[in-house]
Amino acid sequence: MTTQKMSTAAAAEASATAPPTRGRHVPNAGSPDAEAIEKARADMLHEARITERGRIGADALCEALINQGVDIIFGYPGGVILPLYDVWADYPELRTILVRHEQGAAHAADGYARASGRVGVCLGTSGPGATNLVTGIATAQLDSVPMVALTGNVPAALLGKDAFQEIDISGITLPMTKHNYLVRNADDIPRVIAEAFHIARTGRPGPVHVDFTKDALTSETQAQNPTMLNLPGFKPRADGHPRQVKLAAKAIAASQRPVILAGHGVLIADATDELRTFAHKAQIPVTHTLLGVGAIDETDPLSYGYMGMHGWKHVNKAIQSADLLIALGMRFDDRVTGSVSTYAPNAQIIHVDIDPSEIGKNVAVDIPIVGDVGNVLRALIKAVPQVDPAEREAYFEELSQWRADSESISWHGSGGWKKGLLTADYVMQRLGDLTDHDATLVSDVGQHQMWLARYAGFRRPNSHLSSGGLGTMGFGLPAAMGAALGRPDKETWAVVGDGGLQMTSQELLTVVVDKVPVKIALMDNKKLGMIRQWQEIVYGGNYHSSDLPAPQWDKLAEAYGMPTFKASSPEQVDEAIRAAQAHDGPALVWFEIEQTQNVLPMMPAGKGLSDLIDDTGVGADAGDEEGK
Amino acid sequence: MAAMNDPIAAPAKGAPKQRLVPGSGETHRHVLVVLVNNQPGVLNRVASMVRSRNFNIESLAVGHTERPDISRMTITLRGGDYAVEQMGKQLYRLIDVLKVQDLPESGVVEHELALIKVRATESKRSEILRIIELYKGRVLDVGPETVIIEHSGTEQEIDSLVALLGGFGIKEMVRTGTVALSRGSGAIDLEAILRAGPEPATTPNPTNRSK
Repeated sequence: MTTQKMSTAAAAEASATAPPTRGRHVPNAGSPDAEAIEKARADMLHEARITERGRIGADALCEALINQGVDIIFGYPGGVILPLYDVWADYPELRTILVRHEQGAAHAADGYARASGRVGVCLGTSGPGATNLVTGIATAQLDSVPMVALTGNVPAALLGKDAFQEIDISGITLPMTKHNYLVRNADDIPRVIAEAFHIARTGRPGPVHVDFTKDALTSETQAQNPTMLNLPGFKPRADGHPRQVKLAAKAIAASQRPVILAGHGVLIADATDELRTFAHKAQIPVTHTLLGVGAIDETDPLSYGYMGMHGWKHVNKAIQSADLLIALGMRFDDRVTGSVSTYAPNAQIIHVDIDPSEIGKNVAVDIPIVGDVGNVLRALIKAVPQVDPAEREAYFEELSQWRADSESISWHGSGGWKKGLLTADYVMQRLGDLTDHDATLVSDVGQHQMWLARYAGFRRPNSHLSSGGLGTMGFGLPAAMGAALGRPDKETWAVVGDGGLQMTSQELLTVVVDKVPVKIALMDNKKLGMIRQWQEIVYGGNYHSSDLPAPQWDKLAEAYGMPTFKASSPEQVDEAIRAAQAHDGPALVWFEIEQTQNVLPMMPAGKGLSDLIDDTGVGADAGDEEGK
Repeated sequence: MAAMNDPIAAPAKGAPKQRLVPGSGETHRHVLVVLVNNQPGVLNRVASMVRSRNFNIESLAVGHTERPDISRMTITLRGGDYAVEQMGKQLYRLIDVLKVQDLPESGVVEHELALIKVRATESKRSEILRIIELYKGRVLDVGPETVIIEHSGTEQEIDSLVALLGGFGIKEMVRTGTVALSRGSGAIDLEAILRAGPEPATTPNPTNRSK
């Protein structure tokens, strides 16, 4: 230690007298570390195409992606990810969509995954490119969407030195992904990609983020795709424990007022047939969460409707009066339960989820079953006795009476549209009808999201996509773009509010340029409608920042090369929708809806399912306010 | 304002009972054993999960197991049984976590190590050495003004030694945090966990959608 000190001191003295050398400002000059850093700096600055190259990390990455069956990547280039863009042309199987903002790439990969059931892939460069992906990755995390997010990073030697566009993105995504990787070595790329896709799609799906240093992408490698994966810490349990299934079957047989709560897990597990068979065999009404829309055909006699904060009153009433809740792939979110202490006070709860950490997280559960919803339902179908509908006659009679009551105060009954006002519920209902209840309808976040879930009438699984857990405004348009590419055989609509569309309106150009046939139903009430509603009901009419000046939408669309069809009254609705459908390519349908219509009923925050507000007399079913 | 609340009629069974809210209950000390892959960033993942569930880590000890690729973390923290169990389940979400065990309060051997540098002038030195002998501690270094003492024992034993030595003036000290093993022949079977490891790489990006 002393000698080292001496030599440093001697060197400093020497350099003070000797003429300055080129290495003078290099810390620890002459060491291998210092040379690596200088080389990395040079690599960062010189982006020259490597014309004669061997197989580099970027090639290994493309091969690994093709091996995973990837066909579309939503991305945006930048400095350190350029080596990948340099080799794209050699891999025509990989279609790249150039989004206009990385957030759009992440939502598009998300929409692609939700619509198709395959892993979606998005891509960004280091620094801002990576941080712009974060909102989209978080959206996928909270909604259990299989996604692999790829980012570039600075060369390994510069990590931690605050190099240009360097940020510790794997530190940022660590708590909000299912798993993440930082790859510094080209030889690791095939293994990491295989693991990333396996983790993203297996068990409870989720996003996996893989960060590559630039030198990992440019170094030569001969590493091949692995045939085996070694992940001893990742063994999701697929089959429910037979003892728990037996207990559940016993509780189901004994119950008089059972209710099924169907969540996103039913769709993820592709278990909609099993759900219908089970419900019909045991004669149990099926309610659904926001992400569970489509888990059961809404025209099915046992489909009872949408639950929770803005759910149907009859549905929440059924839950509150149930003696048994059968929760399938849902997680008792606060938007679903409200106050837990008053939730379903007389019900036993059976909770089926593939993620053990969901069991007992939000509500105490009587019969937990950890497993894939499809597998558990197949076991339950065998275990429960066939129930004769006549046994449930009184129960079903009561339920249908509640349903008739609660629907009579919506558009089904006295909607404002009958008085010539353009209300959103009417638009949603027409949109559902005119797309034969078969199109993929992708919502943004806010009032229109609730109206869409309530009124469009979904019949096909995965035909309704929505950012539920994170509630990400700006999700709608880019996710619809991804959904249209993931399910090109289905008509695709983005149903968005004027607030959400302004958050990601740059993707209007992407859908035009890449000819993605997305139709956009814009619910323009010139407000941040849900904010206005809360300020009206919860904050006593103290409005602030809920008025939302918007662009002249038809001119904006025109600037992007997209036609606009406008409807301002109920009789113009069908014509506008049909005109957009007839147009070959993306189109905007601009609905100028009632400005103060509320989403009702509503459960105020902190209250329980029994405390729904039906009608505040303001804006409720607009135009029907006389006598209030 | 028209009809605001229309409380749903209580069902025939009588007044609604309060549903149990998870997480309520007394807090006490827990010793968690977490077996993880010995890889960069894993400590960060575990710590981040513990933080996100709002626990304060009281002590943390990390080292290899008998296999160099597997590390064992011993985390002590305070919390309700329910909340700690829930966090344990969430730790399993981490791909690098192989095993989580909340050690019971009894049937466990617990130890930690402390190095304590105590002010020890000539006149006090023999008194200090007597205390150390009583505690079965060891003297690692004797200087003109100080001694460095090594002591291992349970958290309480070290606390009480520290309290005794406090009177002489502690100049510096360090504790390793608790490490623990369950008594008897029961043990975490590492090999069984790892045997379940390799599996074939899944087939290319399938969709499971039937419609």
